[in-house]
Amino acid sequence: MPAVSKGDGMRGLAVFISDIRNCKSKEAEIKRINKELANIRSKFKGDKALDGYSKKKYVCKLLFIFLLGHDIDFGHMEAVNLLSSNRYTEKQIGYLFISVLVNSNSELIRLINNGIKNDLASRNPTFMNLALHCIANVGSREMAEAFTADIPKILVAGDTMDSVKQSAALCLLRLNRTSPDLVPMGEWTSRVVHLLNDQHLGVVTAATSLITTLAQKNPEEFKMSVSLAVSRLSRIVTSASTDLQDYTYYFVPAPWLSVKLLRLLQCYPPPEEGAVRGRLTECLETILNKAQEPPKSKKVQHSNAKNAVLFEAISLIIHHDSEPNLLVRACNQLGQFLQHRETNLRYLALESMCTLASSEFSHEAVKTHIETVINALKTERDVSVRQRAVDLLYAMCDRSNAQQIVAEMLNYLETADYSIREEIVLKVAILAEKYAVDYTWYVDTILNLIRIAGDYVSEEVWYRVIQIVINRDDVQGYSAKTVFEALQAPACHENLVKVGGYILGEFGNLIAGDPRSSPLIQFNLLHSKFHLCSVPTRALLLSTYIKFVNLFPEIKATIQDVLRSDSQLRNADVELQQRAVEYLRLSCIASTDILATVLEEMPPFPERESSILTKLKKKKGPGKVPDMEETKKERNSDMNGSTEPVSVNSSAVTMSTPSTSTDLLGLGLAPVLNSVAPASAGGSLLVDVFSDNSPAVASLAPTAEENFSSPRIGSADVVSDDPAAAVHDADELVNKFVCKNNGVLFENQLMQIGLKSEFRQNLGRMYIFYGNKTSTQFLSFSTAVICQDALKTHILLHLFCITKQVDPAVDGGAQVQQILNIECVSDFMEAPILNIQFRYGGALQNMSVKLPVTLNKFFQPTEMTSQDFFQRWKQLSIPQQEVQKIFKAKHPMDTEVTKAKIIGFGVALLDMVDPNPSNFTGAGVIHTKNIQVGCLLRLEPNTQAQMYRLTLRTSRETVSQRLCELLSEQF
Amino acid sequence: MMHFMLLFSRQGKLRLQKWFIAIGEREKKKIIREMTQSVLARQPKTCNFMDWKDLKIVYKRYASLYICCGMEDQDNELLTIEIMHRYVELLDKYFGNVCELDIIFNFEKAYFILDEFLMGGEVQETSKLSVSKCIEESDLMQETMEEYLSKPTF
Repeated sequence: MPAVSKGDGMRGLAVFISDIRNCKSKEAEIKRINKELANIRSKFKGDKALDGYSKKKYVCKLLFIFLLGHDIDFGHMEAVNLLSSNRYTEKQIGYLFISVLVNSNSELIRLINNGIKNDLASRNPTFMNLALHCIANVGSREMAEAFTADIPKILVAGDTMDSVKQSAALCLLRLNRTSPDLVPMGEWTSRVVHLLNDQHLGVVTAATSLITTLAQKNPEEFKMSVSLAVSRLSRIVTSASTDLQDYTYYFVPAPWLSVKLLRLLQCYPPPEEGAVRGRLTECLETILNKAQEPPKSKKVQHSNAKNAVLFEAISLIIHHDSEPNLLVRACNQLGQFLQHRETNLRYLALESMCTLASSEFSHEAVKTHIETVINALKTERDVSVRQRAVDLLYAMCDRSNAQQIVAEMLNYLETADYSIREEIVLKVAILAEKYAVDYTWYVDTILNLIRIAGDYVSEEVWYRVIQIVINRDDVQGYSAKTVFEALQAPACHENLVKVGGYILGEFGNLIAGDPRSSPLIQFNLLHSKFHLCSVPTRALLLSTYIKFVNLFPEIKATIQDVLRSDSQLRNADVELQQRAVEYLRLSCIASTDILATVLEEMPPFPERESSILTKLKKKKGPGKVPDMEETKKERNSDMNGSTEPVSVNSSAVTMSTPSTSTDLLGLGLAPVLNSVAPASAGGSLLVDVFSDNSPAVASLAPTAEENFSSPRIGSADVVSDDPAAAVHDADELVNKFVCKNNGVLFENQLMQIGLKSEFRQNLGRMYIFYGNKTSTQFLSFSTAVICQDALKTHILLHLFCITKQVDPAVDGGAQVQQILNIECVSDFMEAPILNIQFRYGGALQNMSVKLPVTLNKFFQPTEMTSQDFFQRWKQLSIPQQEVQKIFKAKHPMDTEVTKAKIIGFGVALLDMVDPNPSNFTGAGVIHTKNIQVGCLLRLEPNTQAQMYRLTLRTSRETVSQRLCELLSEQF
Repeated sequence: MMHFMLLFSRQGKLRLQKWFIAIGEREKKKIIREMTQSVLARQPKTCNFMDWKDLKIVYKRYASLYICCGMEDQDNELLTIEIMHRYVELLDKYFGNVCELDIIFNFEKAYFILDEFLMGGEVQETSKLSVSKCIEESDLMQETMEEYLSKPTF
């Protein structure tokens, strides 16, 4: 029997719950539940109309069953009926059931919305609250559509009760998070800001959350909130602990509100107005001072609440990053916490210091705690805390302490928890690379990594060491020697075999002079590991062997014997078999010259962001949002698919890069290899390739050459049935128009398409001219604009194109014109496609061209001072907001041309902003219907290396990425 | 913003689940399983925080019950502990020295109380007085609804 039953007890429910609790087995429980479900079903279906109480009771039972983890497929209708009850508790149960169980079943949603609408209009505060809670709990799009217009009104209406205002504020917040495009900004926004002055602290608490979220998206519109928040905060901080009555929590005045206000202030740079700024500094100082006072209570709640405010204040100080005095005080305070007996405080201090380490004012101060942090790594009993210590060591690392920190991390790795090993491996690899003065140290470190934690060394890490060794000739001999020695160990990790195989295959000759590492010894050493390795590694070793054939002709026969053995030539694995056959054949028929060309040393890898860093970012970055993942993937494939001409130097490269690894080694050749493999899988074809008398290179090459050598002008000559496929690689056309608005878009023997366009804010107009170059009439001439993404449910690209249709017949030599209106609703990646069809001489012509509507067209330039620029730059310091690309100059590096291009890109070119006069900086705002995105860019040319570094910072990750992609193609 | 709050017993039995994000049932069950397993596996005297995917898990034990919240990275951890404490205080005030059985048999009340305190993953009302006043008023309302309705609304 129930221990307690308060308020309106439902006896039947209590009995049912205790029955369930008394069930001895899962089966008994299921049986009891099924019995109950049958009972409820018959009651709901019965002829007799149920009274409200019974309906409530049964709905509540269903809810209980659902919460136990069982499926419920009926009762929704009864729950919706309860909404219209006049009895509060019945209504309440109805809403609870809906909040917990309803998915977006549209039929039902309409009925629910109806109930909500009635309650919102009832002017009864408790009913209104229930309705608002339900909207916030379900938060579906349909609800947002139905209520986003009403809720702001309720929120700012003068006669709304305080408790309803609180609910309305948070309800609006929820809708803004789920469907931001539906929440209209408007006249109410300024009134919302003034809720910060409300007398009721509960209202202020709820409103602050809403304002913070809105301010993150539209900082300009909510600028007012800064001074209001500061004065509110100042009143709280200076109040005596009894002033705020029930809002004082264990002697701490309004900790929740304080923290929320401090968070709101983190949406903005330090206040510009002197008085406000002074008052805020005073507040922060007071908070820091209070930390030194003796506690007012011994209860942990008191210290938690007090320190919660303190940590949030420190976050704000770090965010502002402008008051050296406060920063150093914050660092000292955190230093005290590092040794605190409370584990929670040690954890948070480590975490907070991590961000502090990146500030130039406090980096040195943080470094003084290095011994304490290393000690934490060794002695902390809690893995969460140790992980924070690793993070902090990573953050405080610089050239001066890199060797010590890397050594300590390697040390720790031997005993580290399995859950964090991979991350430590990545961090060590990055630090070792970043701060390597001496690359022999780098190579040693990575080999150590593989030795200690081989299983956790991901592909990125060993790819990277190979990239570096290949690009730096001063370290190649040393690397060959070191891997050779490391391979001597009787049991070495497979990753070491991979690195060793690759490096010896490239640079084994550098150590072959030493009789202890003669060619044959090298080969035997590698081959002794062969049979213990997995298929990809064996494939790589086979490539090493063929490279050996070139490096060491004296052991060619030995290698051929190995390749010829049944275990290779008839291997069950297609990849291995193919390699064995091809390599054997190659070694037999190719002359020394051809071998030397095909098996030439790998060319240097193009400089680009370390793939390890990308991986670490990915690990840390928000991986939840699906489209983020997608953009990431896109970006990756872009990086890998970079068609750098370097990689084409000879198709031989494919030889030394097994298909499993090509991808990361980044030559963009993976698709080629892959496309060869399946085709040749059916044995006879495979032989054909080589039985051809022409040299092997040639027969392997065509695919590669086709892909890379001739720069096809987009899809200029497309006459294809499949528009999407035809325009696939037409980005070059779009790139041509990134920095200009007029020109010839497309031309072939039949027609020419010219463009003239103008853009203002989020609107644009494009004049398209179609010229018939022939003397014959085009018939059934029609055009259509296709927005690829608009079809997807999750709309990314919103271009409304209103096309005036053109005459279906276009005379020979004539020109027709079309106007396209464009509205940018939110940021987008893809360009729309213009599809043109007509009949010419009886044949249907179908062509598609990408229209150069790119995100940067919606820029409005913004002039700003150097100080403003760097302040904003700092504000956009979240890693995802920044995108950086380093790339080779494709055109002569002319300052004036570059300037013109940047202006053409749409931003204001800011003179005298960058301390280095040869750098370019620009600023602008992207206008879309839903949002405006401020954007800062910096282009650093390096004329010696003929390289550029382009950095973009905007408040949206996707925007930063897209703009970077677009602009980097221009130089 | 809080993504979810879970209450479960030392045996891993879920007593209350509150989700502030839209998420499918299967995914919920997966999270619940992972949370109960990893929180129950934590050693004593460790800190109250764990990293989990891109969320920060803050948990605390009250007698036989664990409360566990999934928070976003920038949320304040210490204050999250106090959110859980304040919730327990509210339950205490309502039930009078709350125990696990109270929450089992009056689960709907536990949800109502939480709704008064948190909304959309944010703290709505921190005053204990205000929250418990709301709850008590609604308890009274059952009996006096007819009278209430006949009164002029404010």
